[in-house]
Amino acid sequence: MTVFLTIVVIALFGITLWQMSKILKLSQLKNEDSQVANDKDNNIHGKLMLAFVIFMYLLTVYCFVQYHTFFLPESASEHGVDYDQLMMISMVLIFVVQFLTQGLLHFFAYKYRGKKGNKALFFADNDKLEFIWTIIPVIVLAGLIIYGLFTWTDIMNIDEEEGDPLIIELYAYQFDWRARYSGEDNVLGKANVRYIEGINTLGVDVSDNYGKDDKITNELHLPVNRKVIFKMRSQDILHSAYMPFFRAQMNVVPGMITEFSYTPTMTSEEMRNSEFMVEKVATINKIRKEKSKKLVAAGDEALEEYTFDYYLLCNKICGVSHYNMQMKIIVESEEDYNAWLKTQQTFGEQLSAQASN
Amino acid sequence: MSAIVHADDHAHDDHGHHKETFITKYIFNQDHKMISKQYLITGLIMGIIGIAMSLLFRMQLAWPDHKFTIYEVLLGKFGEDGVMDPSIYLALVTIHGTIMVFFVLTAGLSGTFSNLLIPLQIGARDMASGFLNMVSYWLFFLSSVIMVLSLFAEAGPASAGWTVYPPLSALPQAIGGSGTGMTLWLVSMAIFIASSLLGSLNYVVTVINLRTKGMSMTRMPLTIWAFFVTAIIGIVSFPVLLSAALLLIMDRSFGTSFYLSDIYIQGEVLHNQGGSPVLFEHLFWFLGHPEVYIVLLPALGITSEIIATNSRKPIFGYRAMVASILAIAFLSTIVWGHHMFISGMNPFLGSVFTFTTLLIAIPSAVKAFNYITTLWKGNLQLNPAMLFSIGLVSTFITGGLTGIILGDSTLDINVHDTYFVVAHFHLVMGISALYGLFAGVYHWFPKMYGKMMNKNLGYIHFWVTAIGAYGVFFPMHFIGMAGLPRRYYTNSNFPYFDDLTDTNVLITVFALITGAAQLVFLYNFISSIFYGKKAVQNPWKSNTLEWTTPVEHMHGNWPGAIPHVYRWPYDYSKTNENGEYVIAGQDFVSQITPLQENEEEMHH
Repeated sequence: MTVFLTIVVIALFGITLWQMSKILKLSQLKNEDSQVANDKDNNIHGKLMLAFVIFMYLLTVYCFVQYHTFFLPESASEHGVDYDQLMMISMVLIFVVQFLTQGLLHFFAYKYRGKKGNKALFFADNDKLEFIWTIIPVIVLAGLIIYGLFTWTDIMNIDEEEGDPLIIELYAYQFDWRARYSGEDNVLGKANVRYIEGINTLGVDVSDNYGKDDKITNELHLPVNRKVIFKMRSQDILHSAYMPFFRAQMNVVPGMITEFSYTPTMTSEEMRNSEFMVEKVATINKIRKEKSKKLVAAGDEALEEYTFDYYLLCNKICGVSHYNMQMKIIVESEEDYNAWLKTQQTFGEQLSAQASN
Repeated sequence: MSAIVHADDHAHDDHGHHKETFITKYIFNQDHKMISKQYLITGLIMGIIGIAMSLLFRMQLAWPDHKFTIYEVLLGKFGEDGVMDPSIYLALVTIHGTIMVFFVLTAGLSGTFSNLLIPLQIGARDMASGFLNMVSYWLFFLSSVIMVLSLFAEAGPASAGWTVYPPLSALPQAIGGSGTGMTLWLVSMAIFIASSLLGSLNYVVTVINLRTKGMSMTRMPLTIWAFFVTAIIGIVSFPVLLSAALLLIMDRSFGTSFYLSDIYIQGEVLHNQGGSPVLFEHLFWFLGHPEVYIVLLPALGITSEIIATNSRKPIFGYRAMVASILAIAFLSTIVWGHHMFISGMNPFLGSVFTFTTLLIAIPSAVKAFNYITTLWKGNLQLNPAMLFSIGLVSTFITGGLTGIILGDSTLDINVHDTYFVVAHFHLVMGISALYGLFAGVYHWFPKMYGKMMNKNLGYIHFWVTAIGAYGVFFPMHFIGMAGLPRRYYTNSNFPYFDDLTDTNVLITVFALITGAAQLVFLYNFISSIFYGKKAVQNPWKSNTLEWTTPVEHMHGNWPGAIPHVYRWPYDYSKTNENGEYVIAGQDFVSQITPLQENEEEMHH
């Protein structure tokens, strides 16, 4: 594939050069040519403009047909449904506008291609037209702004009192993530990087009793249908906690605690078995199998088969291994979650285990 | 350059200048036309470097497992055995962004055409201060040299992204490029800002003070309006970037804590306390967003002029165009927060910035509609410059529309920092502004060099670039919608992205082809300077003042008195009541032509 593409690129480049030299020769023959477009040029390039807009439409259709599987699956969080709906409305809107304006632009370029003797219309101003296409965007955008702002306020208004939210700290450092569960009391112990010492890698304040029952893990388990509030903290530089399947993202900033909240609505299992994901994973595994064949032939290890899991990834440039700063997210039933949480050591236990050694 | 040699004689005849040496003519020249050429050529050289970098990292993205000897040849120890080092990948991305935004599209575009056109189109003999203008260019040159030198820093050039967010950019422990490389980056940018300010002040003063008799503000070509307003935004916002850079320099070198707080890195707690990276983001984007318009407005000004001339029609809605430029300029300074919706700043601010950001779509839409209406019922002369101008309107619309998604704080949450953003800003500012640059070069080449560029090569250049640019950036929206983050060295650590590989290859192939097409332009540009067909005085039959100057350059621009202006610049295909052109047999009326008998003055 690679070799083939390389050859294609080189060949195309060769053709370009060849065509170029040919055209150069041609243009040198006719010395009277002023290098200003004549009727013939206008005719050719006017028609090409029309062809170009058709190319654009085809490209759009091709992308939607070929790449619709790239779109993220239905949202696995509550607010994500609103998000997707707003996205859909905006998308439809911009594609309608795109279709019309690009069509007009290129069609006019074709239709009014110049010809000697044609007279252009001296049309410098029209208040009515200007008013129309000022007021239409005003109304449409006002609608979008209002809709967007309501959704934004809903998403960003994080109320710890409302419901019974689970409070989890997301801790980022070059180049990994940790989750700190707030334990029985649902209150996180105080923490600062200045307390980092030995096994206390997150800098939890040892003297703070709220911190004793905190649990630090390297996987993020979430109970389904319960609101989670993430308190994010960075150890070193800017990171960004991006959870695409939950339509969630927030930067992690050293020196301050940032927050994001959502309610997961689909367990990992449900997502894995959804029609979309089954198909998607099958495609991916087919690609991986083919790649593996080549790898094995070259004496390398084959790729593992892929099973879907939610993930959290770093989405703010953070250094050389930025591209591999991820954490697995598992959404499960309340019981499974509790069972898993029980198996994790509390911070207090970790400390005393350390002390007894 | 023969045109210039001749110009020398003229200068002698007409003004009795002292004899020019090579140094005063080509190096320390204070003539705005020579300075504009210096800007253009420096900008193009930087452009070659910037685009070549993008091709390298595109190859890495398409074929992450493949070894390319070219990496070793070009990147040295960072490309050993043909494998690109992750740190140099980030460096390439960073320097590509910096070079393209500042050195090519700010200095190369606005510097070139503001210098060339402001005096010529308003009827001035030169800039208000030729000396400051010269200093401005040489500061730009110096900053370019330092930026290029930074590529050779031992631990690599700056690699914290072109936005250089601290603490990554402040701590050499965090990434190698934040050592010497970053220091050179900051020095280079500080000098660049000084250069940009000197240039901008000069443009503003020249436009306000040196307009010829009759050239009222509402008779100025839209190019001048665009350059004028761009210079004002530059003066307002660039100093803020300088302050951001100064504070960063202090944090890096003098132990202050403007941006740093509570940091534990490489087994050590830093003493810094109380700073915030969010402060840097605010300061950076206070320039960074207006910068988008500093890049784009000159391109829009250039295309307004070219579209009107080549449509043989007045630009539709001149006053609305001026009003939109002013509205965009004003709004551009109060929308910076839309880069920071999820930075941790107060969500209420997010609401405010969503509001102002979507407002900016209104003047932008007006501009797009006015361009389209200008084409309507025209007599389009499809010169390469015109094709690039139409191409600009097309990419401006495509890229602008996705801005409606990104400018909405809610929708930004899930596409922020993905390839969707990369696709959006490349189309709306990168490609659009580049098209503006190309359009300007094709259109004003006869004025700059006294020669014509080869139109057929221009056509090839346009069509390959037009298809290639959409081929690169249109599919990119879709991989962005898959949640693919930008600035990833390879996506192979996420099996979920495996099915995007083919699309990445497709994008890279388009990028390589488009990159190769730029060689056609370079060839055309250089060979036309030397062997191009000699230009006539007014090849595009244009109304503006620059086409009333002799083909051969001379100090002072006009041999005799400066011409007076009697009308606005867009009297194309203007007819009297009897349906005849105002000047019989000619579909344009130069600005220096007095009103004819029975002619009505309209629209200004």
